[in-house]
Amino acid sequence: MASSSLFLILILIVLVVYLFGRKRSEILAQAVGGVRNLHSLPNYYGLMAAVWAGVPGLLLLCAWLAFENTVIQNMVIAGMPDHINSLSQSELGLVWMEISNLQLGAMSSASDPSYFAAIDRLELLRSQSQIGKTVLVLSLTVLGGLVGWRLIRPEQKARNQFEGVLRLLLLMSSMIAILTTVGILFSVMFESIRFFQTVPITDFVFGTKWSPQMALNAEVAGSSGAFGAVPLFAGTLLIASIALIVAVPIGLMTAVYLVEYASPKMRSIVKPLLEVLAGIPTVVYGFFAALTMAPQLKTFFENLGADPVSSESALAAGLVMGIMIIPFVSSLADDVINAVPNSMRDGSYGLGATRSETIKLVVFPAALPGIVSGVLLAASRAIGETMIVVMAAGLAANLTGNPLEAVTTVTVQIATLLVGDQEFDSPKTLSAFALGLMLFITTLMLNIVALAVVKRFREQYD
Amino acid sequence: MTDQTLNAIERLALVKQERMAAQLSKRYGKEKRFRFFGMASIVIGLTFLAVLLGTIFTAGFSTFFSSEIKLTIHYDAALLGLSDLNDEDQVRLADWSQLVKKALKTRFPEVSGRKQSRQLNGLASSIAIYTLKDRLLANPALLGTTEDVWLMADDEVDAYMKGQVDPSVPEIERRFNDFQIGLVDQLVASGEMKQSFNTTFFTNGDSREPEQAGIRGAMIGSFFTLLVTLSLSFPIGISAAIYLEEFAPKNRYTEIIEVNINNLAAVPSIVFGLLGLAVFINLFHLPRSAPLVGGLVLTLMTLPTIIISSRSSIKAVPPSIREAALGLGASKMQTVLHHVLPLAMPGMLTGTIIGMAQALGETAPLLMIGMIAFIADVPGTPLDPSTVLPVQVYLWSDLPERAFVAKTSGAIMVLLGFLAIMNLIAVFLRKKFEQRW
Repeated sequence: MASSSLFLILILIVLVVYLFGRKRSEILAQAVGGVRNLHSLPNYYGLMAAVWAGVPGLLLLCAWLAFENTVIQNMVIAGMPDHINSLSQSELGLVWMEISNLQLGAMSSASDPSYFAAIDRLELLRSQSQIGKTVLVLSLTVLGGLVGWRLIRPEQKARNQFEGVLRLLLLMSSMIAILTTVGILFSVMFESIRFFQTVPITDFVFGTKWSPQMALNAEVAGSSGAFGAVPLFAGTLLIASIALIVAVPIGLMTAVYLVEYASPKMRSIVKPLLEVLAGIPTVVYGFFAALTMAPQLKTFFENLGADPVSSESALAAGLVMGIMIIPFVSSLADDVINAVPNSMRDGSYGLGATRSETIKLVVFPAALPGIVSGVLLAASRAIGETMIVVMAAGLAANLTGNPLEAVTTVTVQIATLLVGDQEFDSPKTLSAFALGLMLFITTLMLNIVALAVVKRFREQYD
Repeated sequence: MTDQTLNAIERLALVKQERMAAQLSKRYGKEKRFRFFGMASIVIGLTFLAVLLGTIFTAGFSTFFSSEIKLTIHYDAALLGLSDLNDEDQVRLADWSQLVKKALKTRFPEVSGRKQSRQLNGLASSIAIYTLKDRLLANPALLGTTEDVWLMADDEVDAYMKGQVDPSVPEIERRFNDFQIGLVDQLVASGEMKQSFNTTFFTNGDSREPEQAGIRGAMIGSFFTLLVTLSLSFPIGISAAIYLEEFAPKNRYTEIIEVNINNLAAVPSIVFGLLGLAVFINLFHLPRSAPLVGGLVLTLMTLPTIIISSRSSIKAVPPSIREAALGLGASKMQTVLHHVLPLAMPGMLTGTIIGMAQALGETAPLLMIGMIAFIADVPGTPLDPSTVLPVQVYLWSDLPERAFVAKTSGAIMVLLGFLAIMNLIAVFLRKKFEQRW
């Protein structure tokens, strides 16, 4: 039976068990003098019985789905002749690919006669697994339902038990965040470690040449790709700095104006409008940077007499990225400037300071930790931004400080290395994960520092 | 003597006053400049917004219209080489393009020569023959008769009609030459050329031919992806928020979870793509390019947003409500589920919609899991390979044909439209259900 229909039947059984459980508690209640003498409301008895029916069956179904393919694959391959079993892991993968294609009918001729025997075995195992899954899951569900039904007694603490189950569910949901972090760490770590086994970590971190393209065979000169990531880090820093140079002053001044000068009416119009900038997808900014900004900048600087400007200049990507982060900086700054108590402003006015003097000498220093942390968060944003640079910055890994030249960034390389077909044993693909690890660590650091700055230097006002 | 002293003091005061006045005007000048900078930054930000939207809208507006040519089609059985419309082989083998070629030839009998004939035939889109085929199959009685049909024009004709071809440019630098311009001008003059609403854009999947490319495939792909994301991230997000806000003991583990969630919110989206590639595709062998995997990745990405906003809306429910429920004998779980949750729900929904809008516009992680393939079919289930709107924008923006610039802008307009609707719903919910305690 297909898993989806099996799932539907399971849900149906659970529903039936719920209704029966509820009914049973009501019948039992009559013997002890009405529902009010039960420990819990009849609903909870039904729910608890449903939990008994549904949870084990569902868990088994999930486990079966997760491991079915791997187990069958191992069993089929273990049953094949020795000369195939002695192949390496990646070759076994190819063998398995061929067998599944043969089985699907996508290929008609096999490179080894033993494959046809393997297909028969595969089909047999698949149908056995199908039957086994249906029978086991359904019987476990029914069995669980029976247990739950039997457990119903007037003194059963159904509500407490059911609430315990719910609480566990809530706890598990909150654990997903941790699982995600662990998942990210492990997925980038494992591949990175494999990468660093072929390319020394020092070459990666300090090398100044990046050309991950591997030649097809070893005889071709320069076949070993170069994996020096310094040009990528430099390019990322260049673009991120341009973005911050645009975003920080504009964002800060916007926040200052909106908090200190603007009338409430103007604020209520301008603030949402600026937030529209934050809601526009990055791919739209990328499109704008590549098709409008870059050609304009190119003509502008070439008219000024600059050398031939690259049509994929760091400047275009950086400028547009800067515009993208303006609302980010301004809304963070807005919050911290708003949090500075008015009594401090009034004190400053009382001593005869003008508004701008008050802002520069009183409000800014008081809000500084928050502003610094906002700028750090914006920097982490700029470093991790992908689409704008993929579309508007280049692929060539130039080690340059000239914003009119094409540079590439960490995110661009990750995206280009992993789009399309990948082999997971070539350093080219694995290097993307090493870059991902670097990116993850950098942004995490910036984030932690940003939070620490706020915690450490925040002034407490009442 | 006293007079002299007084004069000295007066003079001193005068000098001081003058100096103060000078300084004061300097300070006021600074004040004015500061204020001007603030105003200027706002103007810069808003100008950019206007320029960005303006550029895209002016470029994309033309996508929603397409040019059509009126041709007198004679459904000639001999020309098609078919005698029986029920015979599938005949229908398949018939040379439908002959109908269009013949019609164009009849309209412009003066055109001769291979090169000019080819340019003439290029006026109609290659999709036109399918329109004719569908018409004939739907109404077999048409065979052997003649009728006027509006057929879709080629993308170059379309560009000319929309004024995107500059006839003053030397002919050799244009893909649309003077001969073709002459033909189109004749058609326009006789009213055989019109612009109508482009339904193809909304009903077709992707295509390499600009005039046939549509966003339906991407829209359905986005829909499935968001469906998966919503059905996972909403329940998980609010459960996590409820646990952290109402049940979690204040200890180290809870703190770790909280810090974790805050950090995840700042992790670049492309890293989530790496996670999806390594875990969902390489480890669990889920199908590549499928909305299911895209939805899973976006779930992990939007969870922090939803959890954080849900927590703040739970926090906003005053403790007196909880105390009243507890005082009447409700259990902790009943208090939360029956009283706190319904009051916090509008805030949670708002947060979820904003998270979904974020997911709808996300591109980078989806590139990692292969949702970038060229897929002409419209996906039928979340397991079919497909692409999503922002990725479609990215794919089209890379194509060299000029018509795809307009297509890209058109797709962006649709995307922005959806985002605007989602955000407006969020604002509406917030305004409608906002409660002050």
